[in-house]
Amino acid sequence: MSQVPLSWFLVLSALLFALGVAGFLFRRNIITVFMSIELMLNAVNLSFIAFAYQHKDVSGHLFVFFVMVVAAAEAAVGLAIILTVFKNRATLNIDDISSMKD
Amino acid sequence: MIDTVLFYAFALLVLGGGLATITLRNAVHCAIALIVSLLGVAGLYLLQQAEFLFAVQIVLYVGGIMLLFLFVIMLVNLDQAARERQFNRQWVVAVTAVAVVAAEIGYFLWRGKAAFHIAENALSPASALGNTEQIADSLFSEYLLPFEIASLLLLVAVVGSVVMAKKRI
Repeated sequence: MSQVPLSWFLVLSALLFALGVAGFLFRRNIITVFMSIELMLNAVNLSFIAFAYQHKDVSGHLFVFFVMVVAAAEAAVGLAIILTVFKNRATLNIDDISSMKD
Repeated sequence: MIDTVLFYAFALLVLGGGLATITLRNAVHCAIALIVSLLGVAGLYLLQQAEFLFAVQIVLYVGGIMLLFLFVIMLVNLDQAARERQFNRQWVVAVTAVAVVAAEIGYFLWRGKAAFHIAENALSPASALGNTEQIADSLFSEYLLPFEIASLLLLVAVVGSVVMAKKRI
């Protein structure tokens, strides 16, 4: 049994999630915004694992596995979109990519 | 004792890497910092006896997704972007949103802190099977349908990314 209490993992997870939210809202480069999403996904995975360990239940591990699969799919499609946007617009600044707003 | 030290070490990796990811100017440096953060998360998985997910985290995240990120960074020209302003102007809104999210999570953690010790009182006997065998048993019986749907999702993602990234089919 680990000596580290569950609440420490949850606090770490919350801090990591807040960092991801901050990066998502602050950054202007679309690739860095994408990386912030990965940070948030990892924060959620961390709390899944912490709860799975505390409850001695393997279901949490499976949820993390599915989150990782979806993250892989999302990364593949998202990076393809980024490449296409860069090819058409020659910029990755999210403030300049606003044609759906106009 | 050793668990606590390891937790602090990995937590330092995770938070330091995460902070560097959202503050560094160069996108390649951001990606490297994110890899450090993901490795810290993998270490925390190992600390929580999730050996299978530790391996998946290293192979899939660090080896797969981050490699994809680095390739895309290599393909697009970011020299100009590194010289521009890195943060957008709506920082008041952003700070408010981050503070609200942090306060919300903190509030729920505080409200639910009585529930954190459920399993410590009622420990089920540790299974004789290893972590990977347990996951495989559960994945191919209880979670078989989500597993198949996930494979379909991956197929759609592969086809979709090829269609979008290719000039002419």
